Amino acid sequence: MDISSVFFALVTVVAIVSALMVVTCKNPINSALSLVLTFFCLATYYAMLNAPFMAAVQIIVYAGAIMVLIVFTIMLLNIRVDANKKGSHQVALGSVMGIVTLLLTGLILTRGKVSQPVGGITSDMINKLGHTELIGKVMFTDFLLPFEVTSILLLVAIVGAVILAKRKLS
Amino acid sequence: MLGTYLPIMLLILVSLAFGLGSVVFSSLIGQKKFSKVKMAPYECGCEPIGTARERFPIKFYLIAMLFILFDIEAVFLYPWAILYKKLGVFGLVEMGLFVVILFVGYIYVWKKGALEWE
Amino acid sequence: MDINVAQLFQTINLNVIMPEVILSVLGMALLLVNVFVPSKSKGYLAWLSLIGIIGAGFVAVTGWGTTVSSFNDSVVQDNFAIFFKMIFLLAAGLAVLISDQYMSREDCNHGELYPIILFTTVGMMLMAAATDLMTIFLGLELMSISLYVLAGFNRDSIKSNEAGMKYFLLGAFSTGFLLYGMALIYGVTGTTRIAKIASLVVQVGGAGNTMLLIGMFLMLTGFLFKIAAAPFHMWTPDVYEGAPTPMTAFMSAGPKAAGFATMLRLLLVVFPAMKAEWSDLLWILAVLTMTVGNFTALRQDNIKRMLAYSSIAHAGYCLVGFASGTATGTSGILFYMLSYTFMNIGAFAVIVLIGKKGEPNGTVMDYAGLGHKRPLLALAMTVFMFSLAGMPPTAGFIGKFYLFSGAVEAGYIWLAIIGVLNSAASVYYYLRVIVFMYFKPGEEEFDWFTISAPVALALVVSAAGSLIPGVIPSLLLQFAQQAVKLI
Repeated sequence: MDISSVFFALVTVVAIVSALMVVTCKNPINSALSLVLTFFCLATYYAMLNAPFMAAVQIIVYAGAIMVLIVFTIMLLNIRVDANKKGSHQVALGSVMGIVTLLLTGLILTRGKVSQPVGGITSDMINKLGHTELIGKVMFTDFLLPFEVTSILLLVAIVGAVILAKRKLS
Repeated sequence: MLGTYLPIMLLILVSLAFGLGSVVFSSLIGQKKFSKVKMAPYECGCEPIGTARERFPIKFYLIAMLFILFDIEAVFLYPWAILYKKLGVFGLVEMGLFVVILFVGYIYVWKKGALEWE
Repeated sequence: MDINVAQLFQTINLNVIMPEVILSVLGMALLLVNVFVPSKSKGYLAWLSLIGIIGAGFVAVTGWGTTVSSFNDSVVQDNFAIFFKMIFLLAAGLAVLISDQYMSREDCNHGELYPIILFTTVGMMLMAAATDLMTIFLGLELMSISLYVLAGFNRDSIKSNEAGMKYFLLGAFSTGFLLYGMALIYGVTGTTRIAKIASLVVQVGGAGNTMLLIGMFLMLTGFLFKIAAAPFHMWTPDVYEGAPTPMTAFMSAGPKAAGFATMLRLLLVVFPAMKAEWSDLLWILAVLTMTVGNFTALRQDNIKRMLAYSSIAHAGYCLVGFASGTATGTSGILFYMLSYTFMNIGAFAVIVLIGKKGEPNGTVMDYAGLGHKRPLLALAMTVFMFSLAGMPPTAGFIGKFYLFSGAVEAGYIWLAIIGVLNSAASVYYYLRVIVFMYFKPGEEEFDWFTISAPVALALVVSAAGSLIPGVIPSLLLQFAQQAVKLI
């Protein structure tokens, strides 16, 4: 067992515990903070998979911006701690779904076929040229048009946010 | 591979140690004298009149949404920053267009008064 | 790693996306004009938008007959894209014309409406012109996000808020399916370019490749949601009823056509080898969609809800042409989508006029007596209802005729019969409006509204568009046939 396997196991323990805390914490703010920890674990996985850009995005966008929004939502809705009672049917449904997912995962892991990567990008290329560089290269060449359309998309989202959420318009 | 992340891991460890250390050490070596006044939420000033868990106004939410959108803009700048020498003037124009379009959004938000604390 | 900027530069032909560029720039300009020029009336923004839309239309038609791709094959200008761009521009133009009067009446006359309509149109045009999964996705998202805002545009109306929220939640969910499908297809082929995927489909095993098959069906799910086909139609009645009426008109015509445009391009270009699979699915969905739409519409009293279910049914008719996969059927879709844009937006224009503030009079019964008090308006509504019902000599009749004959050609006789039966059933609820307008005594005087110039223009254009292709269909049909030929 080399050092990265040990590290992986450590991160996985933290990821599972924090994910469990997200659903078991009584106070929604604590759940949200546990979710931040889960996001950090996911970012670590991305980094271990040689995808540092994804890791950075995971932290900047999810652990940073999205979590701010989630926390604000909780404070906006003012969910009381005691209002967070779970119905038994929810637990039953959740357990069934969980077991089914677990069985499916087991099935895929034991019986599934692993296909070979296709397309021009290989692991060697990523190791040699760098993940962020490769993303940047296709984003600014092959996917130039979608990239520019993204900015219009964000613009519409900005305008939409102001129109729908600002208290006084005009 | 993991070696490249060693500085980051060290940073996380140091910050964890510092945070935990401050709490643990101050509780270990600090004096413990409890009195009724000391246990009150504030030792001076007003008595608390209610819970701190009040509903937040929606304007926080608007700011948070705008923050996310401009945050995503920033994400696109990272790969460009790595490649800008190779992309040259062409890349500058590409990114310039992207930023200008979002700048229109920024001017809109500003003039609309969405950044003001109404 | 080197980036060959000069080579990249050669693949860029801005003329291909010139209509999109015009509308985007205009949209941004109007957004700024709206905040820098304080003015109570926003009518001038509508006219400026209209000028831009017409300009974009002229730029788009100049490319008719040519096939030029740009941005390294991520977008193309061909007859197919141009035909659909015309539909979108038409829908946007008509929606812009009927917006000002409605928005002023409902006290939500915010100038942002027009830029958002323009951006929606840009998204739809990109969907029709895209030859790359990423571009399709961004076009679709641009369209969808704008539409969520438009559906919830009337902030003071709870129904409009509900419409925006429902559309957003369900739309985001369906986008997830679409994106997952795209990811699977990318996983199988290693590329997002449609032409390359098409050349690899047979090589990776076609329908025998489960991942590809699931990817295709997941992508279809995403588009079927956008065109409001059963069983992904649940959002339609609530959203159509709650959204501001001009925006309902817009979103019933434009996005539906955009969904069909992308579905046609994908299935006919990328997955012709798997026609046996998707054709059977579309057969079932066509029957389901037509039947659910028509038979639920029969029971609706609220006219916007009725038109929402009718819009589901019309998606079903188009799926009939789609399932056949023949040139007659697919060109029928193009013809029908264009005619539907005219007749449906026309019908909504009448609803815009009749409604009082807050639309308390939204039922079919409220149209009683309109034929005597406002004969011209009632005549226009009659034309639209006849066309929607598919009666000769309207465009709706010719469109349905080609859709169903496409099915017959492909050997789907039963599908055509079910379609005709459905169409016959639908006559009831369209004629009901006409019966109320002319043959039921009404107490209302219908004197609370004046027909403003833009709405009158929209009505005249829609009525002409619903009638002329029905009388002389050959020219339009020729264009539609040329458009699908290039696929």
